[in-house]
Amino acid sequence: MSGKRNIGDVILRCDNISLSFGGVRALTNISVDVREHEVMAIIGPNGAGKSSMLNVINGVYHPQEGTVTYRGQTRRAMKPHETARQGIARTFQNIALFKGMSVLDNIMTGRYTKMKRNFLWQALYWGPNLKEEIEHREVCERVIDFLQIENIRKTPVGRLPYGLQKRVELGRALAAEPDLLLLDEPMAGMNVEEKEDMCRFILDVNDEFGTTIVLIEHDMGVVMDISDRVAVLDYGKKIADGPPEEVRANQDVIDAYLGVAH
Amino acid sequence: MLYREAGQFKTSYQKDQAIFPIRQDRIAVWALLLAVFIAVPLLADDYWLGSIITPLLVLSLAAIGLNILTGYAGQLSLGTAGFMAVGAFAAYNLNIRVPELPLIVDFLLAGVFAAMVGMVFGLPSLRIKGFYLAVATLAAQFFIEWVFTHVGWFTNYSSSGVISAPPMHILGMTIDTAVEKYLLTLSVVAVLALGAKNMVRSRIGRSWMAVRDKDISAEVIGVPLLSTKLSAFGISSFYCGVAGALWTYCYLGTVEPAAFDLNRSFQVLFMIIIGGVGSILGSFLGAGFIVLLPILLNNIAAMIGHGTLQADTMANLEHIIFGGLIIFFLIVEPHGLARLWQIAKEKLRLWPFPY
Ligand SMILES: Nc1ncnc2c1ncn2[C@@H]1O[C@H](COP(=O)(O)OP(=O)(O)OP(=O)(O)O)[C@@H](O)[C@H]1O
Ligand SMILES: [Mg+2]
Repeated sequence: MSGKRNIGDVILRCDNISLSFGGVRALTNISVDVREHEVMAIIGPNGAGKSSMLNVINGVYHPQEGTVTYRGQTRRAMKPHETARQGIARTFQNIALFKGMSVLDNIMTGRYTKMKRNFLWQALYWGPNLKEEIEHREVCERVIDFLQIENIRKTPVGRLPYGLQKRVELGRALAAEPDLLLLDEPMAGMNVEEKEDMCRFILDVNDEFGTTIVLIEHDMGVVMDISDRVAVLDYGKKIADGPPEEVRANQDVIDAYLGVAH
Repeated sequence: MLYREAGQFKTSYQKDQAIFPIRQDRIAVWALLLAVFIAVPLLADDYWLGSIITPLLVLSLAAIGLNILTGYAGQLSLGTAGFMAVGAFAAYNLNIRVPELPLIVDFLLAGVFAAMVGMVFGLPSLRIKGFYLAVATLAAQFFIEWVFTHVGWFTNYSSSGVISAPPMHILGMTIDTAVEKYLLTLSVVAVLALGAKNMVRSRIGRSWMAVRDKDISAEVIGVPLLSTKLSAFGISSFYCGVAGALWTYCYLGTVEPAAFDLNRSFQVLFMIIIGGVGSILGSFLGAGFIVLLPILLNNIAAMIGHGTLQADTMANLEHIIFGGLIIFFLIVEPHGLARLWQIAKEKLRLWPFPY
């Protein structure tokens, strides 16, 4: 890992988050800090509450207790489209692309919050709207180059193989030029080669654009390789948080993964 | 000339973003425009212009409206005819009550009124989807029909409940003959169709499709669900409203609320299913198909049957063929005629060397 990045101040702080669905407690009293420019991994067994944590951070779920502080602003309930405007982008555990649209249109949709022309200009298309479309197309083309998907830019995403769809979904998130990028199992179901590519993209994004990344991943090898810090969830509780080597040696973590009875 | 892109390298994003990036398509579109603006008025007789082509165009416009809402934004609606009625009655009332306004402004404002009504009835779409939303729009359909039938003010207290469009004047010209009405309709439809095509390939169109395909991702990207759905309801109803005004002024001349009943909503829905859900071109193809098929069937029957086929047999035959086609398209080709056309073009691009 390159030493160019300076891990900065806390950009996101989750304080005593508790979330339940009916009787199911998905998260219990979780506090986590994420620092600017770092790559943080969230790991844990199935159903531990990892995805729920990301959903709380970008406003899809609203926790019953606790607060989220992003860039100094504290909130509990916020709509996802508002967090998007604040610079938080996200990919999903199960691919959530826009199936009926091309790769390029999917990625262009990622630019939504940055585009300004109203629908009357859009109905006219020429002039200011065309100028805006082209400006944003250029940003998207840079993302497309970066992810090496030039040859499929006009392909409907539904026709792409799984691994490429995951890559397009990353592209759609990157198009928003986020400050904080949340990735929910970006490598799940990929073969070794695809995983290596994806790791490289994630590290490059972090390195070149300084994007802060929080990712969920089950592959421990990958986690140890690319993250600066690891938080471990088990049954909705945080059981460890620290540098990868330290977490790997933690007895609670070993127990959780080996399935020691609680 | 062979139909292909070879040798037409797009040197800039601007060229790549063009509405018809392939040169042969551009030529075809200009040829089509010349044909419909010049050749059709010269060649077609008043019956064809006034009773077939003009209503076909108006229904295409309504189909574009429904396609924006259902095809692009994924919100199923059975209120199309209701929103057309709002446009029709708004244009009429503006026309007789505020005579200072130019007719085109009446038409546009009629669309705006329909848009507002559409947005009100679109409010439930935040909470309900699919079948249940369709039922809610059905309520809109019945409610609107009821209002125009029972509130006399809207028909200017006409005893029969029928409104008669006053003579049309635009820029000092009187629009009176079938040709003139056709040209007026064609101009309005052409401009609005272009606007729709432009919107669906811009930010707002992408936001509609995003909400249609995966609303949770759309929201996480920053697309606000409620206002995006309402924009689809509003703009869709605007198109339907203008279509309703044209239906009254350029096609029927006199109109009663029953002209905009549920059957009309279904007719437009079938147009987009057959023509292509989520396609502007498909809106025209579907309208053309549904308007022209009965005429074609009649002609075929007249040719082969020489009166042996009863009129009611013909009507039944028509229903059977429509039913069959709708099932065919729903199951086999949900993207309709527009998709078949696209496949044909892709084949043509490779022809005569399929590999
Ligand atoms: N929308 C929801 N409604 C009800 N229960 C939910 C919902 N989302 C999550 N849960 C529950 O919360 C708990 C945590 O789920 P979550 O998806 O966050 O786990 P996870 O750590 O991401 O698991 P996995 O590794 O399988 O993705 C589970 O028990 C799950 O059933
Ligand atoms: Mg998960």
